[in-house]
Amino acid sequence: MNRRIWLFVFVLTAFSLVATGQALAQEPTPGPSLPSDDQVNAVARQLYCPVCENTPLDVCPTQACAEWRSLIREKLAQGWSADQIKTYFAQQYGDRVLAAPPARGLNWLVYVIPPLAFLLGVFLLYRAFKAWRTPQPAQPVPASAAIDPADEDEYEKKIEEELRKL
Amino acid sequence: MPVDSSDALMPDAAAPQAQEDAQLENQTAGQKSRPHWGRILAWLGLAALLGILFWAIWNQQRPPVSVGQPAPDFSLTTFDGNQYRLSDLRGKVVVLNFWASWCKPCEQEAADLEAAWQHYQPSGNVVFLGAAWTDTEKKSLEYMQKFGVTYPNGPDLGTRISQSFRTTGVPETYIIDQNGKLAYIKLSPFQSLEEIRSAIDPILEK
Repeated sequence: MNRRIWLFVFVLTAFSLVATGQALAQEPTPGPSLPSDDQVNAVARQLYCPVCENTPLDVCPTQACAEWRSLIREKLAQGWSADQIKTYFAQQYGDRVLAAPPARGLNWLVYVIPPLAFLLGVFLLYRAFKAWRTPQPAQPVPASAAIDPADEDEYEKKIEEELRKL
Repeated sequence: MPVDSSDALMPDAAAPQAQEDAQLENQTAGQKSRPHWGRILAWLGLAALLGILFWAIWNQQRPPVSVGQPAPDFSLTTFDGNQYRLSDLRGKVVVLNFWASWCKPCEQEAADLEAAWQHYQPSGNVVFLGAAWTDTEKKSLEYMQKFGVTYPNGPDLGTRISQSFRTTGVPETYIIDQNGKLAYIKLSPFQSLEEIRSAIDPILEK
Protein backbone atom coordinates (compact mmCIF):
# COMPACT_ATOMS: atom_id res chain seq x y z
CA MET A 1 0.00 0.00 0.00
CA ASN A 2 2.85 2.33 0.97
CA ARG A 3 4.52 1.63 -2.34
CA ARG A 4 1.37 2.64 -4.17
CA ILE A 5 1.14 5.87 -2.20
CA TRP A 6 4.77 6.69 -2.92
CA LEU A 7 4.28 5.89 -6.60
CA PHE A 8 1.22 8.16 -6.70
CA VAL A 9 3.17 10.99 -4.98
CA PHE A 10 6.05 10.51 -7.40
CA VAL A 11 3.83 10.61 -10.50
CA LEU A 12 1.97 13.63 -9.15
CA THR A 13 5.22 15.47 -8.42
CA ALA A 14 6.65 14.59 -11.83
CA PHE A 15 3.49 15.73 -13.55
CA SER A 16 3.46 19.02 -11.59
CA LEU A 17 7.08 19.67 -12.48
CA VAL A 18 6.46 19.04 -16.18
CA ALA A 19 3.36 21.23 -16.11
CA THR A 20 5.20 24.01 -14.31
CA GLY A 21 8.07 23.79 -16.79
CA GLN A 22 5.67 24.08 -19.71
CA ALA A 23 3.99 27.01 -18.09
CA LEU A 24 7.33 28.71 -17.58
CA ALA A 25 8.33 28.04 -21.18
CA GLN A 26 5.13 29.64 -22.42
CA GLU A 27 5.74 32.84 -20.55
CA PRO A 28 6.49 35.76 -22.83
CA THR A 29 10.01 37.13 -22.86
CA PRO A 30 10.32 39.95 -20.38
CA GLY A 31 11.09 42.72 -22.92
CA PRO A 32 11.37 43.21 -26.69
CA SER A 33 14.58 41.72 -28.05
CA LEU A 34 17.02 44.14 -29.64
CA PRO A 35 16.77 44.13 -33.45
CA SER A 36 19.66 42.55 -35.31
CA ASP A 37 22.09 44.47 -37.51
CA ASP A 38 20.40 43.00 -40.60
CA GLN A 39 17.03 44.32 -39.49
CA VAL A 40 18.51 47.75 -38.81
CA ASN A 41 20.34 47.80 -42.14
CA ALA A 42 17.21 46.75 -44.02
CA VAL A 43 15.64 50.05 -42.93
CA ALA A 44 18.88 52.05 -43.04
CA ARG A 45 19.49 51.24 -46.71
CA GLN A 46 16.18 52.92 -47.55
CA LEU A 47 17.44 56.15 -46.00
CA TYR A 48 20.25 58.49 -46.97
CA CYS A 49 22.72 60.34 -44.81
CA PRO A 50 21.55 63.97 -44.53
CA VAL A 51 25.12 65.20 -44.12
CA CYS A 52 27.16 63.24 -46.66
CA GLU A 53 25.12 63.31 -49.85
CA ASN A 54 24.17 60.20 -51.82
CA THR A 55 25.35 57.80 -49.14
CA PRO A 56 22.85 55.25 -47.86
CA LEU A 57 22.72 55.07 -44.08
CA ASP A 58 23.65 51.37 -43.94
CA VAL A 59 27.09 51.97 -45.47
CA CYS A 60 27.77 55.47 -44.19
CA PRO A 61 30.91 55.41 -42.02
CA THR A 62 30.46 58.69 -40.11
CA GLN A 63 29.66 59.02 -36.43
CA ALA A 64 26.45 60.84 -37.29
CA CYS A 65 25.24 57.87 -39.35
CA ALA A 66 26.16 55.47 -36.55
CA GLU A 67 23.90 57.55 -34.29
CA TRP A 68 21.07 57.39 -36.80
CA ARG A 69 21.47 53.62 -37.12
CA SER A 70 21.22 53.30 -33.35
CA LEU A 71 18.12 55.49 -33.51
CA ILE A 72 16.64 53.09 -36.08
CA ARG A 73 17.46 50.17 -33.77
CA GLU A 74 15.76 51.99 -30.90
CA LYS A 75 12.64 52.68 -32.95
CA LEU A 76 12.48 49.07 -34.23
CA ALA A 77 12.77 47.83 -30.64
CA GLN A 78 9.82 50.05 -29.77
CA GLY A 79 7.83 48.26 -32.47
CA TRP A 80 7.93 50.94 -35.17
CA SER A 81 7.51 49.82 -38.78
CA ALA A 82 9.98 50.74 -41.53
CA ASP A 83 7.49 53.24 -42.97
CA GLN A 84 6.98 54.91 -39.60
CA ILE A 85 10.73 55.25 -39.18
CA LYS A 86 11.12 56.71 -42.67
CA THR A 87 8.37 59.24 -42.00
CA TYR A 88 10.01 60.16 -38.69
CA PHE A 89 13.38 60.66 -40.40
CA ALA A 90 11.82 62.81 -43.13
CA GLN A 91 10.14 64.99 -40.50
CA GLN A 92 13.33 65.35 -38.50
CA TYR A 93 15.91 65.75 -41.26
CA GLY A 94 13.95 66.68 -44.37
CA ASP A 95 12.82 64.79 -47.46
CA ARG A 96 16.37 64.49 -48.76
CA VAL A 97 16.97 61.52 -46.42
CA LEU A 98 14.46 59.49 -48.43
CA ALA A 99 15.63 57.36 -51.34
CA ALA A 100 12.61 58.46 -53.41
CA PRO A 101 11.00 61.90 -53.12
CA PRO A 102 7.48 61.87 -51.65
CA ALA A 103 4.79 62.41 -54.28
CA ARG A 104 3.65 65.90 -53.32
CA GLY A 105 4.08 69.42 -54.66
CA LEU A 106 6.54 69.74 -57.52
CA ASN A 107 7.84 66.23 -56.76
CA TRP A 108 4.84 64.95 -58.72
CA LEU A 109 6.67 65.97 -61.88
CA VAL A 110 9.30 63.32 -61.17
CA TYR A 111 6.62 60.65 -61.36
CA VAL A 112 4.49 62.16 -64.14
CA ILE A 113 7.01 63.42 -66.70
CA PRO A 114 8.88 60.18 -67.51
CA PRO A 115 5.76 58.13 -68.40
CA LEU A 116 4.30 61.11 -70.28
CA ALA A 117 7.54 61.59 -72.22
CA PHE A 118 7.56 57.87 -73.00
CA LEU A 119 3.97 57.93 -74.27
CA LEU A 120 4.71 61.03 -76.35
CA GLY A 121 7.74 59.32 -77.84
CA VAL A 122 5.66 56.23 -78.72
CA PHE A 123 3.03 58.46 -80.35
CA LEU A 124 5.62 60.38 -82.38
CA LEU A 125 7.27 57.15 -83.52
CA TYR A 126 3.89 55.71 -84.49
CA ARG A 127 3.12 58.79 -86.58
CA ALA A 128 6.55 58.75 -88.19
CA PHE A 129 6.30 55.07 -89.14
CA LYS A 130 2.81 55.59 -90.48
CA ALA A 131 3.97 58.52 -92.62
CA TRP A 132 6.89 56.51 -94.00
CA ARG A 133 4.67 53.56 -94.97
CA THR A 134 1.88 55.53 -96.67
CA PRO A 135 3.02 57.13 -99.95
CA GLN A 136 2.22 60.82 -100.03
CA PRO A 137 -0.49 61.63 -102.56
CA ALA A 138 0.46 64.18 -105.17
CA GLN A 139 -0.82 67.60 -104.21
CA PRO A 140 -3.56 68.69 -106.60
CA VAL A 141 -2.78 71.96 -108.24
CA PRO A 142 -5.65 74.30 -109.02
CA ALA A 143 -6.21 74.48 -112.73
CA SER A 144 -6.23 78.25 -112.58
CA ALA A 145 -2.71 78.17 -111.13
CA ALA A 146 -1.43 75.94 -113.95
CA ILE A 147 0.27 77.65 -116.87
CA ASP A 148 -1.98 77.96 -119.83
CA PRO A 149 -0.16 76.74 -122.97
CA ALA A 150 -1.81 79.55 -124.90
CA ASP A 151 -0.40 82.11 -122.47
CA GLU A 152 3.00 80.48 -122.67
CA ASP A 153 2.97 80.76 -126.46
CA GLU A 154 1.97 84.37 -126.25
CA TYR A 155 4.95 85.14 -124.00
CA GLU A 156 7.25 83.26 -126.31
CA LYS A 157 5.91 85.24 -129.22
CA LYS A 158 6.49 88.52 -127.42
CA ILE A 159 10.08 87.54 -126.53
CA GLU A 160 10.75 86.55 -130.10
CA GLU A 161 9.36 89.86 -131.34
CA GLU A 162 11.53 91.79 -128.96
CA LEU A 163 14.57 89.79 -130.01
CA ARG A 164 13.82 90.46 -133.63
CA LYS A 165 13.69 94.20 -132.94
CA LEU A 166 17.22 94.00 -131.57
CA MET B 1 -21.10 91.58 -128.61
CA PRO B 2 -17.99 89.46 -129.07
CA VAL B 3 -17.95 86.13 -127.31
CA ASP B 4 -14.81 84.40 -126.11
CA SER B 5 -14.41 81.40 -128.33
CA SER B 6 -13.04 79.10 -125.53
CA ASP B 7 -16.00 79.82 -123.26
CA ALA B 8 -18.41 79.43 -126.08
CA LEU B 9 -16.98 76.16 -127.29
CA MET B 10 -16.43 74.40 -123.91
CA PRO B 11 -18.99 75.65 -121.39
CA ASP B 12 -19.46 72.20 -119.75
CA ALA B 13 -15.73 71.55 -119.22
CA ALA B 14 -15.00 74.90 -117.55
CA ALA B 15 -17.73 74.69 -114.87
CA PRO B 16 -16.48 71.55 -112.99
CA GLN B 17 -12.94 72.92 -113.09
CA ALA B 18 -14.04 76.12 -111.37
CA GLN B 19 -15.91 74.08 -108.76
CA GLU B 20 -12.79 72.01 -108.01
CA ASP B 21 -10.73 75.16 -107.66
CA ALA B 22 -13.23 76.66 -105.27
CA GLN B 23 -13.28 73.47 -103.19
CA LEU B 24 -9.49 73.38 -102.97
CA GLU B 25 -9.34 77.01 -101.95
CA ASN B 26 -11.96 76.41 -99.27
CA GLN B 27 -9.99 73.40 -97.96
CA THR B 28 -6.70 75.28 -97.70
CA ALA B 29 -8.41 78.27 -96.12
CA GLY B 30 -10.03 75.95 -93.54
CA GLN B 31 -6.69 74.33 -92.73
CA LYS B 32 -5.08 77.72 -92.22
CA SER B 33 -7.77 79.08 -89.92
CA ARG B 34 -8.04 75.97 -87.69
CA PRO B 35 -5.69 76.31 -84.68
CA HIS B 36 -3.26 73.43 -84.08
CA TRP B 37 -4.22 72.72 -80.47
CA GLY B 38 -1.85 69.79 -80.19
CA ARG B 39 1.12 71.92 -81.15
CA ILE B 40 0.04 74.80 -78.93
CA LEU B 41 -0.33 72.47 -75.94
CA ALA B 42 3.02 70.82 -76.63
CA TRP B 43 4.80 74.19 -76.76
CA LEU B 44 3.02 75.40 -73.65
CA GLY B 45 3.99 72.21 -71.82
CA LEU B 46 7.60 72.57 -72.93
CA ALA B 47 7.67 76.22 -71.84
CA ALA B 48 6.20 75.30 -68.45
CA LEU B 49 8.77 72.54 -67.97
CA LEU B 50 11.64 74.85 -68.89
CA GLY B 51 10.26 77.46 -66.49
CA ILE B 52 10.17 74.96 -63.63
CA LEU B 53 13.67 73.75 -64.51
CA PHE B 54 15.10 77.28 -64.50
CA TRP B 55 13.30 78.08 -61.26
CA ALA B 56 14.74 74.94 -59.61
CA ILE B 57 18.27 75.76 -60.81
CA TRP B 58 17.94 79.38 -59.70
CA ASN B 59 16.66 78.24 -56.31
CA GLN B 60 19.57 75.85 -55.89
CA GLN B 61 22.18 78.35 -56.98
CA ARG B 62 20.75 81.12 -54.81
CA PRO B 63 23.57 82.68 -52.79
CA PRO B 64 23.47 82.46 -48.99
CA VAL B 65 21.89 85.33 -47.09
CA SER B 66 24.39 88.12 -46.65
CA VAL B 67 24.99 90.83 -44.08
CA GLY B 68 22.52 93.71 -44.39
CA GLN B 69 19.74 91.59 -45.85
CA PRO B 70 16.61 90.74 -43.87
CA ALA B 71 17.15 87.43 -42.10
CA PRO B 72 14.70 84.70 -43.11
CA ASP B 73 11.96 84.30 -40.55
CA PHE B 74 11.97 80.99 -38.70
CA SER B 75 10.32 79.23 -35.85
CA LEU B 76 12.28 77.06 -33.41
CA THR B 77 10.65 74.71 -30.94
CA THR B 78 13.09 73.96 -28.16
CA PHE B 79 13.71 70.55 -26.60
CA ASP B 80 11.66 71.66 -23.59
CA GLY B 81 8.72 72.69 -25.78
CA ASN B 82 9.05 76.48 -25.94
CA GLN B 83 8.60 78.19 -29.27
CA TYR B 84 10.63 81.11 -30.61
CA ARG B 85 9.84 83.00 -33.79
CA LEU B 86 12.36 85.46 -35.16
CA SER B 87 9.71 88.02 -36.12
CA ASP B 88 8.55 88.07 -32.47
CA LEU B 89 12.05 89.03 -31.32
CA ARG B 90 12.27 92.44 -33.04
CA GLY B 91 14.09 94.95 -30.86
CA LYS B 92 16.50 92.31 -29.60
CA VAL B 93 19.74 90.98 -30.99
CA VAL B 94 19.36 87.31 -31.89
CA VAL B 95 22.35 84.97 -31.92
CA LEU B 96 21.44 81.86 -33.90
CA ASN B 97 23.97 79.04 -33.65
CA PHE B 98 23.80 75.85 -35.74
CA TRP B 99 25.52 72.87 -34.16
CA ALA B 100 25.44 69.07 -33.88
CA SER B 101 26.52 66.65 -31.18
CA TRP B 102 28.69 64.73 -33.66
CA CYS B 103 30.50 67.91 -34.72
CA LYS B 104 33.88 68.21 -33.04
CA PRO B 105 34.51 71.90 -33.95
CA CYS B 106 31.16 72.72 -32.30
CA GLU B 107 32.61 71.57 -28.99
CA GLN B 108 35.31 74.25 -29.23
CA GLU B 109 32.80 77.09 -28.99
CA ALA B 110 30.09 75.47 -26.84
CA ALA B 111 31.45 76.72 -23.50
CA ASP B 112 32.21 80.21 -24.89
CA LEU B 113 28.70 80.56 -26.30
CA GLU B 114 27.25 79.59 -22.94
CA ALA B 115 29.54 82.10 -21.20
CA ALA B 116 28.43 84.80 -23.64
CA TRP B 117 24.78 83.94 -22.97
CA GLN B 118 25.41 84.23 -19.23
CA HIS B 119 27.01 87.62 -19.85
CA TYR B 120 24.16 89.08 -21.94
CA GLN B 121 21.19 87.35 -20.32
CA PRO B 122 20.67 89.90 -17.46
CA SER B 123 20.32 92.80 -19.92
CA GLY B 124 17.54 91.05 -21.82
CA ASN B 125 18.69 92.66 -25.07
CA VAL B 126 20.25 89.55 -26.58
CA VAL B 127 18.58 86.20 -27.28
CA PHE B 128 20.69 83.12 -27.89
CA LEU B 129 19.12 80.28 -29.88
CA GLY B 130 20.76 76.96 -30.72
CA ALA B 131 19.55 74.85 -33.62
CA ALA B 132 20.68 71.22 -33.53
CA TRP B 133 21.29 70.33 -37.16
CA THR B 134 20.67 66.72 -38.29
CA ASP B 135 21.11 65.40 -34.80
CA THR B 136 19.27 62.92 -32.62
CA GLU B 137 17.46 64.39 -29.64
CA LYS B 138 19.13 62.00 -27.20
CA LYS B 139 22.63 62.96 -28.34
CA SER B 140 21.74 66.65 -28.47
CA LEU B 141 20.59 66.60 -24.86
CA GLU B 142 23.71 64.69 -23.82
CA TYR B 143 25.85 67.30 -25.57
CA MET B 144 24.01 70.17 -23.88
CA GLN B 145 24.44 68.53 -20.51
CA LYS B 146 28.13 67.86 -21.16
CA PHE B 147 28.86 71.51 -22.00
CA GLY B 148 26.37 73.01 -19.56
CA VAL B 149 24.36 74.74 -22.30
CA THR B 150 21.37 76.53 -20.77
CA TYR B 151 20.21 78.91 -23.53
CA PRO B 152 17.22 77.78 -25.63
CA ASN B 153 18.06 74.96 -28.00
CA GLY B 154 15.94 72.83 -30.28
CA PRO B 155 16.11 70.61 -33.32
CA ASP B 156 16.21 72.17 -36.78
CA LEU B 157 13.19 70.13 -37.81
CA GLY B 158 13.31 69.04 -41.41
CA THR B 159 16.47 71.20 -41.71
CA ARG B 160 14.10 74.01 -42.62
CA ILE B 161 15.93 76.77 -40.71
CA SER B 162 19.36 75.81 -42.03
CA GLN B 163 17.95 75.62 -45.56
CA SER B 164 16.45 79.10 -45.30
CA PHE B 165 19.82 80.45 -44.14
CA ARG B 166 21.55 78.25 -46.77
CA THR B 167 24.09 76.99 -44.27
CA THR B 168 27.02 74.99 -45.52
CA GLY B 169 27.70 72.96 -42.37
CA VAL B 170 28.21 73.24 -38.62
CA PRO B 171 29.10 75.18 -36.61
CA GLU B 172 27.72 78.38 -38.11
CA THR B 173 26.50 81.45 -36.25
CA TYR B 174 24.22 84.20 -37.55
CA ILE B 175 23.66 87.38 -35.56
CA ILE B 176 20.49 89.28 -36.40
CA ASP B 177 20.08 92.91 -35.36
CA GLN B 178 17.14 94.59 -33.65
CA ASN B 179 15.48 95.27 -37.03
CA GLY B 180 15.60 91.67 -38.18
CA LYS B 181 18.52 92.22 -40.54
CA LEU B 182 21.50 89.96 -40.68
CA ALA B 183 24.39 91.78 -39.02
CA TYR B 184 27.13 89.17 -38.64
CA ILE B 185 27.97 85.72 -40.00
CA LYS B 186 30.50 83.27 -38.61
CA LEU B 187 31.04 80.11 -40.66
CA SER B 188 33.49 78.50 -38.25
CA PRO B 189 33.70 78.08 -34.48
CA PHE B 190 34.28 81.10 -32.28
CA GLN B 191 37.72 80.92 -30.73
CA SER B 192 36.97 82.82 -27.52
CA LEU B 193 34.37 84.65 -25.49
CA GLU B 194 36.00 87.94 -26.52
CA GLU B 195 35.45 87.12 -30.17
CA ILE B 196 31.74 86.53 -29.51
CA ARG B 197 31.44 89.75 -27.55
CA SER B 198 33.28 91.71 -30.23
CA ALA B 199 30.68 90.46 -32.70
CA ILE B 200 27.64 91.29 -30.56
CA ASP B 201 28.64 94.58 -28.86
CA PRO B 202 28.84 96.73 -32.03
CA ILE B 203 25.35 95.56 -33.01
CA LEU B 204 23.99 96.42 -29.57
CA GLU B 205 25.54 99.88 -29.79
CA LYS B 206 23.83 100.75 -33.07
